[in-house]
Amino acid sequence: MKRLMLGNEAVARGLFEAGVKLVSSYPGTPSTEITEFAAKYDEIYCEWAPNEKVAAEVAFGASLRGVRSACAMKHVGLNVAADPLFTLSYTGVNGGLVLFVADDPAMHSSQNEQDSRHYAIAAKVPMLEPADAAEAKAFVKRAFELSEEYDTPVIVRMCTRIAHSQSVVELQDRVEKELPAYEKQPQKFIMAPANAVRRHPFVEERTKKLALLAETDTALNRVEMGGTEIGIVCAGTVYQYVKEVFGDSVSVLKLGMVNPLPTELFRTFAASVDKLYVIEELDGVIESHLKNLGIPCIGKEMFTPLGEYNQTSIRKAFGLPVPEHREAPQVPVRPPIMCAGCPHRGLFYTLAKHKITCLGDIGCYTLGSAAPLNALDSTLCMGASVSGLHGFNKAGGSDSERKTVCVIGDSTFMHSGMTGLVNIAYNASNSTVIILDNSITGMTGHQQNPTTGKNIKGDPALAVDLEALCRAIGIERVRVVDPYDLKACEDAVLEELAADAPSVIISRRPCMLLKYVKAKPPVKVNEDKCVGCRQCMKLGCPAISFKNKKAHIDPTQCVGCDVCTQLCKLNAIEKGER
Amino acid sequence: METKNVMIVGVGGQGSLLASKLLGALLIRRGYDVKVSEVHGMSQRGGSVVTYVRFGDKVYSPVISTGEADFIVSFEQLEAARYLDCLKKDGKIIVNAQAIDPMPVITGAAVYPEGILDTLKAQGVTVDAIDALALAQKAGNAKSVNIVLMGRLAKYFDIPYDAWIDEIRQIVKPQFVDVNLKAFELGYNF
Repeated sequence: MKRLMLGNEAVARGLFEAGVKLVSSYPGTPSTEITEFAAKYDEIYCEWAPNEKVAAEVAFGASLRGVRSACAMKHVGLNVAADPLFTLSYTGVNGGLVLFVADDPAMHSSQNEQDSRHYAIAAKVPMLEPADAAEAKAFVKRAFELSEEYDTPVIVRMCTRIAHSQSVVELQDRVEKELPAYEKQPQKFIMAPANAVRRHPFVEERTKKLALLAETDTALNRVEMGGTEIGIVCAGTVYQYVKEVFGDSVSVLKLGMVNPLPTELFRTFAASVDKLYVIEELDGVIESHLKNLGIPCIGKEMFTPLGEYNQTSIRKAFGLPVPEHREAPQVPVRPPIMCAGCPHRGLFYTLAKHKITCLGDIGCYTLGSAAPLNALDSTLCMGASVSGLHGFNKAGGSDSERKTVCVIGDSTFMHSGMTGLVNIAYNASNSTVIILDNSITGMTGHQQNPTTGKNIKGDPALAVDLEALCRAIGIERVRVVDPYDLKACEDAVLEELAADAPSVIISRRPCMLLKYVKAKPPVKVNEDKCVGCRQCMKLGCPAISFKNKKAHIDPTQCVGCDVCTQLCKLNAIEKGER
Repeated sequence: METKNVMIVGVGGQGSLLASKLLGALLIRRGYDVKVSEVHGMSQRGGSVVTYVRFGDKVYSPVISTGEADFIVSFEQLEAARYLDCLKKDGKIIVNAQAIDPMPVITGAAVYPEGILDTLKAQGVTVDAIDALALAQKAGNAKSVNIVLMGRLAKYFDIPYDAWIDEIRQIVKPQFVDVNLKAFELGYNF
């Protein structure tokens, strides 16, 4: 049966067909749907872990017990999971273990543009990179075979254009694997120095064997000869762009395994063409390998390390004509924004009003950095707001402590914010941490997390009690506010900043986009009362615009959160009716 | 057959993913090779969104680039203009005549351009503008703008009307089928 499938859905199908029994992941665009689709198969136990390190270690545990297991993450998630990865390379596996890492060239939804291939090289593990959804599914199954045959974790590198593109996939059946008896293997799995010293040579030997496989296995790396003038080495989505531009008129060496790389295959291919190009998004990883081998090639001098490529960028690089077109007119940009009724807005308004310095974190609330709120001073990585606030306050002293806060979402706090809070309590800074608890992992598209009371399937689960957790860590001042209540927000923020103790403010209200959250009737502007003071415009609410010198509220967008009505001194914004 | 390219553009949250899902499923059932490329995450949330649908005998690239689009289906005026460079010289724009202010316009940092569709027409672009929001409301749900526009697109496609209808029944949740069939019909017959 043939179906159109998102790359990520095809990966999930591959997990199903490969007999995988466990998937543990933390959501992150563009990897999230792998685990969401996997969770639709009853045969696979799936879960959202608090972070990628936990997820990778859960997958390790399942592998140790002898079943095929996986975890999926975005590229920066691999930074978090790097610790287990590097030593997993030494232990190897019992059941096959595959990590899916989704890079995001052009940073559609990411804070950096790092190239995960460096991790495969550094951790000495094989990495496969599919070029469409069908290949993604095939490579999942191959990755598990390689994992078990070569006793290694395997990384499958996705990128946005593979993860979030749909193409045709042929479905096959699942091959079920029985749970084997558990056998203790301390020399393989206890990575104390005496054992690790013996495993390292195994890792080096394994890489050599895999490099030999890379020479000959045409299901992984294949040559498509199309003349001797131009040869192009490429992998993943770039292969599609190359074929789009050149069709069969050039020769292509398409890599499916991007680590380890072959040697003789490159030499033979280079010798068969007049001019050799390496086209790869982000860093010149393959190019460096070729140049180390002394094979002349053209790479990053012609192709940028920035952003995504497409057929046009390749046409231009080769000096080929671009199809006839009209230039697009200059129009205002349309950046992403916090939704109408977003519970974060009231809190951010309070911070902006009092010009409070605010260290931010990763999530929807990063959008609080945009005009007109301009509420954030920094965004680095998951959890960095809490630890960064402590450092900021230690450096700036009590003056900083009285006018600086951090904001972090419920899921991000669970991911890596709470360790920073332990540090605040233990190393004693009078820091004010604001947890923006919208009862969901928002930006990645509404995934459950340990605070929501539901598991990945939406079934009831334990909910971590944030207040009790913060108190247990040693924070005595813990209070909850409703961010739709501007007065309560203001009181909480000003009082906690003034307090001579560390504190946590939990700004709690569910995301307006959650299905169970019911919108109230839209509010409307009484044009006789409105004097056009623009006070309500300071909220940056997409439902409020300014027309004919009066505020105007779009009834199709307004959800009746009433935050703007609290700002209007003339009571010109009135409650609406259904 | 040469690869055909349809770009679906709009504002995050307007339902462009369902439109591309419908189109993709319909085309694969007609026996074409199909690729659909979407953007999720940060790019949604009221931001400018773009989805690519490509079909033909053999499709390589998942994206549509400069001068390649046969159609731009835009859920909003400004977004139709934003991607004009991707349109073929003889390509067509199907656009919902709705204007949604982006945040820089709301804050006063930028001005929403006046008469943007007329500017496009003056450049010789074929622009088929309809009030899809009004038609969607007439169908019974303002959120069916996406299907109204698919109905409009269907007029330009050599695919039987009933095939579209069948696909809508497959794709849309049962409780929304009637509204969406009505929306499709209104867009098609406008």
